[in-house]
Amino acid sequence: MSPIGLGLINVFFILIALVAVAALLTWIERRLLGFWQDRLGPNRAGPFGSLQVVADMIKILFKQDWVPPFADRLVFVVAPAVVMVAVLLAFAVIPVSPVIGVASGFNIGLLFFLAMSSLSVYSVVLGGWASNSKYSLLGGMRAAAQMLSYEVFMGLALIGVVVIAGSFSLSDIVAAQRGLWFIGPQFIGFLVFFIAGIAETRRLPFDLPEGENELGAGFHTEYSGMKFGMFFVGEYAGIVLISAMITTLYLGGWQGPVLPPAIWFLIKTFFFVGVFILLRAALPRPRYDQLMAYGWKVMLPLALLNLVGTGAGVLAYQYSS
Amino acid sequence: MLNALRTLWLVFLHLFRRRETIRYPEVKPYLPPRYRGRIILSRDPDGAERCVSCYLCAVACPVDCIALQKTEEEGRWYPAFFRINFSRCIFCGYCEEACPTYAIQLTPDFEMCEYERTNLIYEKEDLLISGTGKYPGYSFYRVAGLAIPGKDKGEAEREEPPVDLHGLLP
Repeated sequence: MSPIGLGLINVFFILIALVAVAALLTWIERRLLGFWQDRLGPNRAGPFGSLQVVADMIKILFKQDWVPPFADRLVFVVAPAVVMVAVLLAFAVIPVSPVIGVASGFNIGLLFFLAMSSLSVYSVVLGGWASNSKYSLLGGMRAAAQMLSYEVFMGLALIGVVVIAGSFSLSDIVAAQRGLWFIGPQFIGFLVFFIAGIAETRRLPFDLPEGENELGAGFHTEYSGMKFGMFFVGEYAGIVLISAMITTLYLGGWQGPVLPPAIWFLIKTFFFVGVFILLRAALPRPRYDQLMAYGWKVMLPLALLNLVGTGAGVLAYQYSS
Repeated sequence: MLNALRTLWLVFLHLFRRRETIRYPEVKPYLPPRYRGRIILSRDPDGAERCVSCYLCAVACPVDCIALQKTEEEGRWYPAFFRINFSRCIFCGYCEEACPTYAIQLTPDFEMCEYERTNLIYEKEDLLISGTGKYPGYSFYRVAGLAIPGKDKGEAEREEPPVDLHGLLP
């Protein structure tokens, strides 16, 4: 088969799989949260409730698609699409296995990921702005400030990986982890990236942009129907994205014994998806100033120290050999 | 940080706990005998209606969901109609407390959903049960001093025959 045909199949497969997984995560999350709260969660529709997704989809698609009269119509409609587009595009650079992956050899793959994950902020900010209501605006503002702060050391944490692997291409980074997963030498970087990733996906405990108890629903207060669904699925796709990135950058990507590469990738990714959900089940939301102080006073110095240490280590290694 | 990790671990352990959920339609929850559910009208041991249409339940009802009309038949009072609008009823049980004859009672049954609101208006035929409910053996007319056919003044349980105040005998 021609490379273009193979590439198209890859694109199609990854797109469908990602959207399906993101939708399915709504059910997985509710079930897991239920289990961790001694409940059962949705278990009625289909085997173990797995058709709950279908039911939710049918419901949300047939809901009235309403735009508030006071909203900025065009931006209001575009905003939810931006988050989906940004997250789906970011997935292009992730190597699911040596053969599955849209542009996993892209020589600035990591930068592309950072750019796309930053773009998704626009969706939240624009959604909050276009809704023209105070809660949405507050949520959007919080999202902007939070993501700006957490983006900084997210990038800095990734530089450690780049320094060791010597490449921005994700498939090279995976290949560089053949002997030792980067979670070992880059453990601090891993922690920093993980925490920044939680903030990036606006998940608990960093879900201040939509803090229900003070902002209604934050930036998507005015959204309903499938536009809200887009934000929702976009959030879950973001979780999958961050989990996949952690897997790729720190856990050796698709590498692993016996099982096929794609299966290893899925296992590692879903482990982190589970951790994301566990975090939601367990941790309370910090105050906004605590969030900012934590970001700038703890995580940023930590990321810088990690970067300096990694650089020194790599230099020492190069001189000694 | 360590606290957060400990919290995560403890929450994770809940995966292996017993579920609190009762899978309702398949598993029925236990309802205590005094549960305040669907309202019924009971009968006395002889099979006659206990309700004497005193209106106390309708008065006690905080949401005015009980409607009834008194009628009389050979000295006994009956409700001509007795209607409870269950779409209004809040199952507070005040009617049961107000009832002097144990006629109106709340039962441990709550499965009374309807697709149409009007189907929630229960008439006397729907409310009357064949038994005595929570108070077996109690019959209002057997203990009350009221004269009805077959039971004259002074013939009720624990009742002395009436004294003739104008008589001179000791």
